[in-house]
Amino acid sequence: MMFIPGNNPAMMQDAYVYAPDSIMLDLEDAISMQEKDAARTLVHYALKSIDYGNIEMVVRVNPLTSPYGKKDVRAVVSGGVDVIRMPKTETAQDVIDLENEIIKVETELGCLGRTRIMAAIESTLGVINAYEIATASKRMIGIALGAEDYSANLKTSRSKEGSELMYARERIIVAARAAGIDALDTVFSDLNDMEGFRNEVAIIKQLGFDGKSIINPRQIEVVNEVFAPTRKEIDKAMRIVAAIKEAEQKGLGVIAVNGKMVDKPVAIRAQRCIDLAIASGILTKEEVDE
Amino acid sequence: MKTAFAGTGESGDIYIEVSPAAAKSGVEVNLNSTVGSQFGNQIKKVILQTLEELKISDVAINANDKGALDCTIRARVTAAVCRATGEDIWGK
Repeated sequence: MMFIPGNNPAMMQDAYVYAPDSIMLDLEDAISMQEKDAARTLVHYALKSIDYGNIEMVVRVNPLTSPYGKKDVRAVVSGGVDVIRMPKTETAQDVIDLENEIIKVETELGCLGRTRIMAAIESTLGVINAYEIATASKRMIGIALGAEDYSANLKTSRSKEGSELMYARERIIVAARAAGIDALDTVFSDLNDMEGFRNEVAIIKQLGFDGKSIINPRQIEVVNEVFAPTRKEIDKAMRIVAAIKEAEQKGLGVIAVNGKMVDKPVAIRAQRCIDLAIASGILTKEEVDE
Repeated sequence: MKTAFAGTGESGDIYIEVSPAAAKSGVEVNLNSTVGSQFGNQIKKVILQTLEELKISDVAINANDKGALDCTIRARVTAAVCRATGEDIWGK
């Protein structure tokens, strides 16, 4: 998910060139109070006019408790946004309040149910309530950690090794998995430390995160490289999925590949590996379907 | 209505200044663009169309364009008019 300031037309129109999985146009922290109105109109018209292809379009709105939040929701829902990212989510009620605002606009527009929600968790209370937040609405597609505010709330600061974030990351992952939605990690702000960035991506991948928020196109390649499965892993996954299909056709209950039993977790992991290979551009859907 | 502006002088953006003009004077657009000889008419057309949609006339527009897309022109005109009128007429 690539962050783009919502008041920068040049970046907004070029962002798709870098082919991120999703683009998040920001109306919150990246925009000064004097420019909130102009950014809102810019994001609305960009959503309506620019064809971003298959890239998921996300907008981070201002909190509903601010003077801008409700106007932001109206602007981006009427612009046709895919996902609204809610900042500083602390309780399930925050999600419900956002959903109610979305429903109001969607009802007027005749597109009820179109907009999905992602919640950024950026405080200790939000981390404690992660599962309630993740399950607060059927529109929820993911929860994300916002580490800067969270670290400040913890009364510490961010470190390169990220020890201060470990509990929040694990709790967010567990909550997302239990809710059946995605978990997205926080941004890494030091663009000159690509080694540190690569290490962090490797850690969050191992923890189970589905992806990483990024602030510069230079970071996309590293995320894709770390998340992409190896050829060996892909070949193994393809063999497992093929064996499952064959077993289904023959009506067999128990499957073995290379002498090892394929149970449900193995099957799920194999399918995830193939999904990642497709997302990383290593495999095409046609190759998988063959 | 008061004089107000929106947009920046950055590449890909357009700076729009809206000023009130005499009653029944219509719309006057003064455009300065890096791509004026190629797209000047199209830029003016988008500005006029946006003002018409917002039901705004009797204004003078100063526009300084750095290669903005139509959607950016539309957004900047809308934001400048909202600021000039003091009303959130956006999206209506």
